[in-house]
Order: sequence, then C-alpha cells, then structure tokens
Amino acid sequence: MRVELEKISKSFGPVQANRAISLAFEPGLIYGLLGENGAGKSTLMKILSGYQPADSGRILLDGAPQRFRSPLDALAAGVGMLYQDPLDLPPFTVLENYLLGRRGGLAIPRRRAAGELRELGARYGFEVHPHERIEDLSLGERQQLELLRLLSGGARLLILDEPTTGISAAQKELLFNSLRSLARDEGKTLILVSHKLDEVQELCNRAYVLRKGELAGEAELPCPNKRLVGLMFGQLPSRPARPRPEAGPPRLELRGAAVRSPRLRTQPTDLQVGAGEVLGLAGLEGSGQELLLRACAGLLPLAAGELYLSGVPQRRLDYLTARQLGVHYLAAGRLEEGLVSGMTLSEHMALVNPNGLFVDRAASKAQAAERIRQYQVVARPRSRVEELSGGNQQRFLFGLLPPDAQLILAEHPTRGLDLRSSDWIWGQLDERRKQGAAIVFLSAELDEILERSDRIAVFFAGRLSRVLPAGETSVDELGHLIGGGA
Amino acid sequence: MDANWIAIAASVLLQSSPLIIAVCGETLSERAGVVNLSLDGSLLLSALAGFVAAYFSSSLLLGFLAAAGVGALMALIVAFGSLALRQSQVAVGFVLTLLGDSLSAFLGQNFTRLPGPWVQRLPIPLLKDIPVLGPIFFNQDLVVYFSLVLVAVTTWWIFHTRPGLELRSAGERPEAAFARGVAVRRLRYWYAVLGGALVGIAGAAYSLDVKIGWAEGHTRGLGWIALAIVIFGGWSPLRGALGVLLFVATRSVISVVLQRSLGESSVVILNALPWLLMLGVLVVVGGRFSEQVLSRLPAALQRPFRGLLRAAPPAALGAELKEG
Repeated sequence: MRVELEKISKSFGPVQANRAISLAFEPGLIYGLLGENGAGKSTLMKILSGYQPADSGRILLDGAPQRFRSPLDALAAGVGMLYQDPLDLPPFTVLENYLLGRRGGLAIPRRRAAGELRELGARYGFEVHPHERIEDLSLGERQQLELLRLLSGGARLLILDEPTTGISAAQKELLFNSLRSLARDEGKTLILVSHKLDEVQELCNRAYVLRKGELAGEAELPCPNKRLVGLMFGQLPSRPARPRPEAGPPRLELRGAAVRSPRLRTQPTDLQVGAGEVLGLAGLEGSGQELLLRACAGLLPLAAGELYLSGVPQRRLDYLTARQLGVHYLAAGRLEEGLVSGMTLSEHMALVNPNGLFVDRAASKAQAAERIRQYQVVARPRSRVEELSGGNQQRFLFGLLPPDAQLILAEHPTRGLDLRSSDWIWGQLDERRKQGAAIVFLSAELDEILERSDRIAVFFAGRLSRVLPAGETSVDELGHLIGGGA
Repeated sequence: MDANWIAIAASVLLQSSPLIIAVCGETLSERAGVVNLSLDGSLLLSALAGFVAAYFSSSLLLGFLAAAGVGALMALIVAFGSLALRQSQVAVGFVLTLLGDSLSAFLGQNFTRLPGPWVQRLPIPLLKDIPVLGPIFFNQDLVVYFSLVLVAVTTWWIFHTRPGLELRSAGERPEAAFARGVAVRRLRYWYAVLGGALVGIAGAAYSLDVKIGWAEGHTRGLGWIALAIVIFGGWSPLRGALGVLLFVATRSVISVVLQRSLGESSVVILNALPWLLMLGVLVVVGGRFSEQVLSRLPAALQRPFRGLLRAAPPAALGAELKEG
C-alpha cells in the first residue's frame, strides 16, 4: 500500500506540533521516522493511525483520500499502530484481548479462536499461549500480540512507536526478523518511530527526520550516523572524551551480598566502587542487577552478606538512613517513584527541605526557580511535575539531589530521553563524580554503558559473571557476555 | 436435614434476593467504569416508589417498573454528572445518597405503615418436591427466581460473551477499548442505567416482598452493604451473590439461634459479626497471606487458584473519560 501524507498540520493550543508535513511511504519498505523528543513524530503518527484528527492536510492510501474517525476506522483501511505502551487489557487473557473489537456472534468461540490465534502466531514466528493473562507477560510478548492483532485485522501499513524500549535483546532480534519478512515477503509498509539511530540504521531502508514539527530531511540508509544526527539537531552535540581518573577511597563495598525476590535469588556478590568512579551494571532485564542496586539504596534487605558505605558496615540499611549517609537513588519510574504527581515544583522543594511545621512558600518557590535555571528545566515553579516532559522531569530530579551526594544509584538514567537531554544528564553526573561521588547505574543500552562507565559489571541469571574495564571491551563482547557467554 | 434448618435456609435465600439483585446491578455498572455510590439512597427512593405505585394501581408489575425507573434515573444522574459534566462520580453519588434518603422520608410521610400488595409465593411443580433443595430453592416467589437467574445471566454476559469483553474493556482501559472500536461513552451510560434499574428493582423487592410496606429509613444501610459486597465479590456477580448469602446467613443464624441463649443485650455485638467475618475473608482472599499459601502449592495448581482468588477492581473505575 502506498501511503501519502499531504501538508499535515496540527497544533495544541499555542504549540504547533506538525507544520505542513508531507511524506510518502512505498510498499515493501521499512521507514525510520527520527526526531528529538517533541519533534512531532508521535503526533503525526497518531493522526495517521486515526487516534486524533489533523487540523488540515490529507491522508492518501493508494491515491484515495481518507478520513479516519477512530483507530478502528484506520485499521479497517489498513493502517495499524503499535504503541510504545501496548494498547491491550492487562487483566484479560491473551485470547480475550485478541477477540475484543472483532466481529462475531454473541458467545465467544474459545476453542476455535484459540486455534486461530496459535496458527497466526506460528505464521509470524511468535509463541502464543491463549489462556495466559496479559499482565503476566513481558513487554516484548505483549508487543508481539498487538502486532498479531493488527496483522489479523488487515493492517498493510504498520507503525511501530519505539518498539524496542524495555524489551530484551532476544525479543528485539525476533521482532526485527518478523518486521523484515513482513516487508520483504508480504509487501507491507513499515514505519519505525525511534530515536535509537543504530536500530534505524540496522532495520530501515529510508529515514525521514522531523525537527520542531517540520520535515528536516530524508536519507537512504545506511548512511553515516553523523548525517542523521545533523538533521535531528541542526548541529552535532560534541562529546569531549573525558579523562578517567584513579578511583578514590571506596564509597560502596559488597561482600558476599545476596538479594532475594520472589522470582530470583542472586548469588553472593563482591563489588567495590570508589569515589569518582562510574560503574555500569549490564545484563538482561531481571538478571539480578536491579535487585542489587535497590539493596544498596536500602530499598531491599540483603538476604546474606555485608554492605559497607564509605568503609562503615551497614546492618539492616533502610532507605532513610541511606539517604542521610549520602546515598541517592534515581528510580526508572520518574513519576511513580521519583516525583509526586499532582505537586508543583515548588512543593517538591519544600518536601526535600523539611524545616518546621509550615511551608515557606516564598523560599521554596525561589529554590525551585533557582533549580529551573541551573538545570535548564522547561517549566515554572508552579508547574505540576506530571505536566513536564520526560527529559524535564529527569532534569528536575537531578535538581533535587543534594550537593553532598556520596553515592548515586541510577536506574536507566536516560531511558526515553533524546540525545541532547541524555548528554546533559551525563554532564551532571560527571560533575557529581568530579566532586567525589561514586556512581552506579544500570542501563539497557550497551552503548551507554560502554561510553559512560569506568568499569562494567556484567550480570547473568542472578550472578555477577564478570567485571571488566570499559576501555578494554566492545559492544560485541559485552553482548556476548550478557547473553551468558564466557 | 432438620426441617428447622431448611426453613432458615429458605428464608436466608429470600432475604438475600434483593441484595443479590442490587449487587448484580452495581457490578455491571462498576465493570463499565461507573461507580454508582447513590445505592443507599436509590434503594430507599425506589422502595418507596415501588410501594406507592403498586399501592395505587394494585399492580405489582407497575410497582416494580416505577422502582426500576427511579433507580435508572438516579444512575443516569451519576453517569451524566461524570461523563458529560466531568464531576467526580463519588461526589455526585454521595450527594444523591443523602438526597434519596431525605427525599424518601419526606415523600413517604403519608405512606408509612399502610397495608399494601405483596409478591405471592410461586412454588414450581415437581421441582419443589426434591428433598432439601426443593423447599429451599423452588418453593419461593418470582423475586427469588429472578435473582438466581440474574446471577447466572450476568456472570455469563460479563465473562463469556463478546459484549461482556467490551463491557470489561471500558472499565479496565478505556483508551484501549476506544482503539478497538468500543463506544466507551455510550456503553458506560447504558450499563450505568441498566445497573441503576436493577438497584431500583431491588428496592421494590424490599417494599413489596421481603420487608413489606414502607416506613422511614426502610432499607437504610443496605445500599452500603451491597456496595461493600461488590468489592468483596471481586466484581463478579457469582462471588457477589455468595457474599450476600454468607452475610445474610451469618446474620440470620446469629439472630435466630444465638440470641435465644444470650438475650437482647448482645444484639449489637452480634450484628457486627458478619462484618468481621467479611473482613476476615477479604484478608484471606486478597492479601499477602493467600500469596504465601499459593506459593507452596504445586506450580500446576497455582494458576487456577490464583485466578480464583484474584480480585482487582476495574482499573479505570471512577476515572474521568478522556477524549481520544
């Protein structure tokens, strides 16, 4: 199916999200749609998939103009979108989720539909268990089911919004293989919305780049990353190579430490991190690195072993004690665990500086304004945190870190952020490191771990399998180790 | 089985039937994402409406229809308030409860303690002669039969039909339901009104059957009990009905059997026992304790039991509906 967008414009209040964007997509090809956070990618794709109407402009499918009133309309016309957070129903079974929205009789033909669904899965190489609940599945499996649902609904154009965020490397491989075969063998048109350049280069035939709501340019792939980055940002962000200093006295030490969760018990682990050092934790999701990081913050108890902070043994460390000792934890769920939805930036300042019974509004407002300036947050002191974009939330979270932090534990510090925000976040962490803080972080991005760490600790199946200096390894070797290779 | 116990069981079933109907109605509404907190006021107002309509027309059918209309209207106000005016469902429902309570007291002044029509017993031939089960289940009236059929039908509808999938999706994740072509707003209106009508029928079931006649505060408190039992039943009509039976049975057994030996003074404490029992069951069903017990079972058994004990509210219950 040939898809054309003609002069699509859309604004939200004073913000012009899309400005007369015209694009064309040919059948059998995979397109990358690139752009910084807020470049207008999501808005454009939501318009194309019928989730919201454009203010002006036309959508043409095989030359015929379309008017979509709902996502179902769009799917009936052959356009399906896979959202970053799959639009499925967590308490439903896989089968119920598949059947919702499909026509048919009153009663649910469970057996027949289950057979159909399994067959469909087999055709695209996905394993499907019709009677499992969606909420028990991994994000990758939920994506696969959405993909099946869209394909069986007749989608000939598939839009994938950041499909690899939060899924394992194996699932990513499986997904990419199916996408390739969908384009090659079935002639589908695919659009991958992403800000991961490597993935776009790996998978896509052509890329469109948006910047500030407009089409900034296009490129045949593969092409040098530099060119894409140039289109995305208008200028290349510079990344000075940073000196790797000697580690100072130990800030964090684990001796035979083990943590237990309902799903996993980690092996006893020995680890040491010194002042001014950055340690990256690598591993597939659920390999035990998250548990250890949480234990160091006092969020989980140690099942065995000892934990030392700046050389002092800590028995039964709890989160508040850890904070008083200068240990700060940055959770991946910014709105869930980091910030308080519904509260303004000023109120957050008052929250972290408790002094007396009454809130000093003027002082906390001044502090918030100070942080906003210093950390380049796009917001006002009276903005509520949930109104901020992901990047600005993360910036503000950094603003809440006290200056005397000894040990910063960060979970996916740049997840979902664009290149510029990521660079800025790392600039901040680097400042802290220079002031003598030790930094331990985990990330699903191997590049990030390689580039930002001094040393890398690799986890596999609950065990710390290797600690190696970042300068002496490569993405390939690291990928091999993470997958359980020796 | 002792004839005495059979009589108690039959009476428990009769006493339970209005609550079962109300619980089914509220469950339908909440599954669609609308929590109708006006239940207690609705029950009172519809009990009065049912009694008055039947009293003047001498028609039980008209009585039940009038009550259903009143219940539906109350639910419509809650639905309109939240879906069109974007007000909090809890606030609107709570105000309506107070309104229904006071309004029924005011409007019902001239109807207190009047003799009115009531629903006649309708034994089912042959079935009523089955030992034990016959006298309990089949020597009852139409209200009881209706409540039992309603439990079966709503359970089937919610969990085993396509419209049931749409109903649940609207309460769980409206944006996903919208993406699949479900008309969430219309569907929420329909189920809220249908649920309200059932609550109205439950109200008339009190004034025309279970607690015949009208007096101020005739059914006061029972609406809150129904609301609690919807939660207790994990938003399933079948489990809700079992919850009602458990609640009414403990209350009857306590008042009938134990009161004889303990005397009047203990009534207050005894009345609290069903609630304590319910709290206890909730702890066992939903809490950490059940997870610990479950984790000791063989893996093959864990999944079905967990499904049985799982009782989470519809995720979008009471939430504002955003336009896509």
